Amino acid sequence: MNITLNGTGHTVASGASITTLVSEVTGRSLAADGQATDGRKLGVAVAHNAQVVPRSQWSTTALAEGDDVELVTAVQGG
Amino acid sequence: MTGTRTITAGNLPDLQDALMIDGVHLPSRLIMGTGGAPSLDGLGAALLASGTSLTTVAMRRYSPSETGSLFQLLVHHGIRVLPNTAGCFTARDAVLTAELAREALETDWVKLEVIADEHTLLPDAVELVDATEQLVNRGFKVFAYTNDDPVLALRLENLGATAVMPLGAPIGTGLGILNPHNIELIVSRASVPVVLDAGIGTASDAALAMELGCDAVLLATAVTRAQNPALMGEAFKHAVIAGRLARAAGRIPRREHALASSAMEGRAEFL
Repeated sequence: MNITLNGTGHTVASGASITTLVSEVTGRSLAADGQATDGRKLGVAVAHNAQVVPRSQWSTTALAEGDDVELVTAVQGG
Repeated sequence: MTGTRTITAGNLPDLQDALMIDGVHLPSRLIMGTGGAPSLDGLGAALLASGTSLTTVAMRRYSPSETGSLFQLLVHHGIRVLPNTAGCFTARDAVLTAELAREALETDWVKLEVIADEHTLLPDAVELVDATEQLVNRGFKVFAYTNDDPVLALRLENLGATAVMPLGAPIGTGLGILNPHNIELIVSRASVPVVLDAGIGTASDAALAMELGCDAVLLATAVTRAQNPALMGEAFKHAVIAGRLARAAGRIPRREHALASSAMEGRAEFL
């Protein structure tokens, strides 16, 4: 199915959760609580259709066709 | 008996007098930004040279191609992270960005920037007040980047801002502190920490901010775009300490006319 990720088209498996998407994009393995299994900080956050989704809810939040996802991280600034 | 007098540092404030914000000790009163650094390695060296304990980052779209992680660099050096809402023009965007930062970086501290336009990058007072109120209600510790306006600064404090951060001059200009009188006025009436933020060009500007009574200084461009960022970072470390000491020491009053420091009495007379 097709979603928009950070402003561009992206394909994910039907019914994929936010955990699946974040894991696929960042290349990090994630536990059900949304933390990286390697123990290091993940340092990213997700807005799903303009709503911030706490990482604890990533695994239970399913994506749907046409959804808009913003995946952000810390960069230089300020 | 002839004794030697020892100069003691008894009256000097502790050089390590930490800044306390939200119950957190920040050993350095120099808050660094990270914008404008050409490389992550160079930035790391400059941050270490500056001795900073708290450093701002911006929140942007994740890019898999980006090598190295600024967040990991800060975590590695034990520098606390202060996410900002740079690039937000409305309270709505600033609140969403702050929420994303809280999730990503696991801190409820936020440097709130709500700017009016890209040309001046000046804070939009109306949106800033709105965003401060919303973020305080959501449990954020708001470090409010504001104009050098004593009335607005007090408003932000009364809304629950954790710190107020008046600008010395517009972001990135390096013009220094354009209205020292207003900064002094803000300091004299504030009961939350006052951080001079933006406009710093060189070390003496930071020293002046501290002499005016600011609790800390926040700067980025002055270091990251200096010809030698690490050297400039170190210069700022000393400037902030020097200004803090000078403020504590109490400067002499300004006078219209000269005042001799050598006594006139007892001069030799040449006939």
